[in-house]
Amino acid sequence: MIRFEHVTKRYPARGDALRDVNFALAPGEMVFLTGHSGAGKSTVLKLIGLLERPTRGQIRVAGRDLARLPARRIPYHRREVGMVFQDHRLLVDRTVLDNVSLPLVAAGLGPEEVARRARAALKQVGLLRHEAACPVALSSGEQQRVGIARAIVGRPPLLLADEPTGNLDPDLSWEIMDLFARFNQVGVTLLIATHDIALIRSLPYRTLTLSDGRLVSDAPPRRRR
Amino acid sequence: MTGRRRRTARLHELPKVWLRHQAQNALAALGRLLRTPLPTLMTVAMLGVAIALPGGLFVVTINIKALAVGWERDAALSVFLVPSVVEADAERLAARLRERRDVAEVRVIGRDEALAEFRAYSGLEDVLAGLPGNPLPVVLSIVPPPAAGDAAALEGLAAALERLPETDLVRHDADWVHRFQALVELAQRGVSILASVLGLALLLIVGNTIRLEIENRRDEIRIQELVGATNAFIRRPFVYAGLWYGLLGGLVACLLVIVGLLLIQAPVSRVASLYQADFPLIGLSLPVLAAMLGIGTLLGYLGSWLAVSWHLRASKPE
Ligand SMILES: Nc1ncnc2c1ncn2[C@@H]1O[C@H](COP(=O)(O)OP(=O)(O)OP(=O)(O)O)[C@@H](O)[C@H]1O
Ligand SMILES: [Mg+2]
Repeated sequence: MIRFEHVTKRYPARGDALRDVNFALAPGEMVFLTGHSGAGKSTVLKLIGLLERPTRGQIRVAGRDLARLPARRIPYHRREVGMVFQDHRLLVDRTVLDNVSLPLVAAGLGPEEVARRARAALKQVGLLRHEAACPVALSSGEQQRVGIARAIVGRPPLLLADEPTGNLDPDLSWEIMDLFARFNQVGVTLLIATHDIALIRSLPYRTLTLSDGRLVSDAPPRRRR
Repeated sequence: MTGRRRRTARLHELPKVWLRHQAQNALAALGRLLRTPLPTLMTVAMLGVAIALPGGLFVVTINIKALAVGWERDAALSVFLVPSVVEADAERLAARLRERRDVAEVRVIGRDEALAEFRAYSGLEDVLAGLPGNPLPVVLSIVPPPAAGDAAALEGLAAALERLPETDLVRHDADWVHRFQALVELAQRGVSILASVLGLALLLIVGNTIRLEIENRRDEIRIQELVGATNAFIRRPFVYAGLWYGLLGGLVACLLVIVGLLLIQAPVSRVASLYQADFPLIGLSLPVLAAMLGIGTLLGYLGSWLAVSWHLRASKPE
């Protein structure tokens, strides 16, 4: 599903954010990406979603060589990569339903289908009763779930989440990980960036660890008890 | 089988979906403009003036041109005969000339009549009184038929008259009309240049207005990009806003020019009546109206398109 080969990312005036990173994710995997602050986790996700392009190396996502993807194909690539952001990135002056609808509207679906599928996504994250609310009226955990609903509404085969439990209390974190596990069960590939060590330890998934832009460990999934 | 049928049905509906989407966007864009009436009004007024100025001047030059065409039609050829030709010879010559196809009317202006006329117009009575005799020659005033109004036929006639042994000098009264027309032509060229400059200004006004709107909605655009919106999708509401600005600006321009014409109609008729000329102003003809609306809309579209494209180019990875 995802393959990084000798990927280096250099931001001008800052140096290498990623150095010669190699890894691969098979379809249907659920993987944690961890490391200290500034290690390059977000950079990895941005490269996959084509928010940035690598300085060197090759990235393949769902069989596509991202370096060869012309700019006008980027939107179609992003429709197949659901992205959840730590800061939610919601439109504060639109309703929850409008926010979740956005990817479908952008993809040119008709209004009936948009509404039906957006409600289904909201139902999956348990927020259907808040569909007419504005995001600012919701708690941080609820806003995060709106972001998740928006990421999955287009039924992408790949879901990227950047610190999805960033500032949530443990109960809410569990709730969200539970949600991700359910998506994974229906075949969605997930890559979750987090520095919540406790969360990673308590879950059996494969874990990639970055340090100063290098991939320093790739721990295989533990057996479920 | 059913899947295939459903697919064709959907393909069939695509233009309808697309059209509905466009209409929704157009209305939504108009709604957004109307929600901030004052800034919108100011922009639209600015655009209206920028379009009305060259548009109005163009209408004025059209009117002046039409006026000159009338003058040219009425203009006669004056043939000054050599001094030895007396009035009786002139009458015979006139009769001969009346036979010609390219001559509609010949009037013989006798020496006395010419002198009286000259006296009345020039106000030089004292000087003329001091002269020993009448220095003026007999003049034939020749009016070509209205149909043969083109310049070449007139030239031919003038040349033929010039060759007559009785002729001293042929003066074409339309010469000054031609000079005047050349001036009007020049003015029209000037209006075109003004129109180009103001067109550019219009592009910049719309572009800048849309750029501010983009600044305001920067986050929204960013999020749309993140969830897979194409450039066309992101551009659409802004381009419609630009279209509306241009169209409304064109409408304001039409209003301004119509009001302007109405205001100068009365004084112009008064002046025209002084010269016993019937000179109705040619109002805004439909093509001119359509041009002002069309050019406004087109430039509004272009300005907004450029503004959004600029922004999108800057926000793309590499
Ligand atoms: N747009 C940018 N321009 C310049 N430098 C950047 C940019 N984005 C990230 N960096 C730098 O790249 C390095 C990796 O950043 P990244 O955001 O990937 O880290 P991270 O692991 O996600 O950290 P955190 O846990 O704090 O979110 C950091 O040192 C950061 O300063
Ligand atoms: Mg980060």
